[in-house]
Amino acid sequence: MNAINEFLDAWGADLWESTIQTFQMVGISLAISILIGLPLGILLVLTRPGKALDNKFVYNVLNIVINVIRSVPFIILLFFILPFTKFIVGTSIGVKGVIVPLVIYTAPYIARLMESALLEVDRGVVEAYEAMGIKTRHIIWNVLVRESRSSIVLGLTIATIGLIGATAMAGLVGGGGLGDLAYRYGHLRYEVDVMYVTVILLIILVQGLQSLGNFWAAKLKKD
Amino acid sequence: MLELKNITKTFTGKQGSIHALKDVSLSVNQGEIYGVIGYSGAGKSTLIRCVNLLEKPDSGSVKVNGVDLTTLTPGKLREARSHIGMIFQGFNLLKTATVYDNIAIPLKLTGLDKKEVKSRVNKYLEIVGLSEKQNAYPAELSGGQKQRVAIARALSHEPEVLLSDEATSALDPDTTEAILDLLLKINKELGITILLITHEMNVIQRICDCVAVMENGEIIEEGRTKDIFTSPQHSTTKRFVNSLFSHDIPDDLLEELSESGQVATLSFFGESSGDPALALVTKKYDIFPNILSGNITRLKDEAFGQLLVHFKGDTAEINKAIQFLQEKQVHVEGVTLNERHQRIS
Repeated sequence: MNAINEFLDAWGADLWESTIQTFQMVGISLAISILIGLPLGILLVLTRPGKALDNKFVYNVLNIVINVIRSVPFIILLFFILPFTKFIVGTSIGVKGVIVPLVIYTAPYIARLMESALLEVDRGVVEAYEAMGIKTRHIIWNVLVRESRSSIVLGLTIATIGLIGATAMAGLVGGGGLGDLAYRYGHLRYEVDVMYVTVILLIILVQGLQSLGNFWAAKLKKD
Repeated sequence: MLELKNITKTFTGKQGSIHALKDVSLSVNQGEIYGVIGYSGAGKSTLIRCVNLLEKPDSGSVKVNGVDLTTLTPGKLREARSHIGMIFQGFNLLKTATVYDNIAIPLKLTGLDKKEVKSRVNKYLEIVGLSEKQNAYPAELSGGQKQRVAIARALSHEPEVLLSDEATSALDPDTTEAILDLLLKINKELGITILLITHEMNVIQRICDCVAVMENGEIIEEGRTKDIFTSPQHSTTKRFVNSLFSHDIPDDLLEELSESGQVATLSFFGESSGDPALALVTKKYDIFPNILSGNITRLKDEAFGQLLVHFKGDTAEINKAIQFLQEKQVHVEGVTLNERHQRIS
């Protein structure tokens, strides 16, 4: 008991701060990534050959751009786009500076996950709605997104967990967070206790998120 | 009411092009139930999807109530489509929505106010007999119930025409009967014209006023259901009719019987099915009819019977007897070995 109190006295504040930083980075970049990724996923599905907005050019360009970004490992992307990050948010360090690369890393991933979720929707239902004279934008929300919402939730859970992993590298540009704490103190300064505790915290976080995602997805699924 | 003229449709795939529809014309009158029957790949599904332009024909015109849909702007086409109901083999309901919402959501999206939506959902759920299931999800329903929801959804837009794309093909025989009864009721009580496609002859037999037989993207035979049933011309049509009334006798028996007379199928329709025509024949002519098999059924709302009879006796007498029967409105068709073999191939 004493040992725990001692540890908390020494590291409690840092751990708390790092956890908050991780939540901030994940929360903000997830929100922005969904705002960009979901429409991109919808666009990917709709511009496919034979679909409502069949457009070879848009589909191919989008496909290639997403593949290119997804080919670059996050740690490289982080440095590769430094000038762009500085241009967008005025700085390339701190939580603010790490949001841009996190979004660029996650949004295309979410777009892909959304694409595969939306593609699962029965073509027949979309057709039934077309046959009733329903507008395409209504079909997108009331059929495509609605019917795949369970898969969307599962996809977002996967994306969020990937995002938590990516934030660990954010420390390299001063973004902080749990991963950074484990690396700086646990690895560089041989404070293995800190490393263990952060790893355990990350495990709990990921487990909790996955369970929550599974639960929510199961609740939304009606078949 | 519904008029398709010179519709052609070609699908171009990796294996070359397929002429799904070759110059198909078809017209359905107000209040009719019109059935299109064919084997899979005959083009019937493409045909029905051309009616509301889910499939755009390469050429030809699609007129619904005199308006050519192929010339409409996307907005006007949506408006026209809302007056054409459609039901499908796969039901195509939202899995994530209750029975009530499955009907209510499309109504809301077409701009009806909440009160009107509610009254329509209740009205049409009542008609299809599913009022007590309105809070169930499709996964909790049987196939027949799902199709009822789909029918209610289609009817709730108060269409003039209902298109049925193999609506009973995924259902068991009892459920098929119940859904066919419902379609008949809709046709009679709401006066909705129905165009349906099917590969099951009993669907045609039970509810259709008119029938078209399709093969290889063409309509090969078309007419009133009773005419098609009593005297099918094309071999495919005969095959469909035979799928309902199978009078298969073994080849060797047929050969044996043919030596001593003539084997023939007699079709009785409406009033003629009540007449003892066959009994009269034995009195008038020197022949011995021997009934090999027979059945009687109902074509929509008239009786239709068929007998497979062996006429034993002199050829001249048999011919006279057959002529007499034909005068009595009985349709007679001879059965020979050759024909049977043709049918099998």
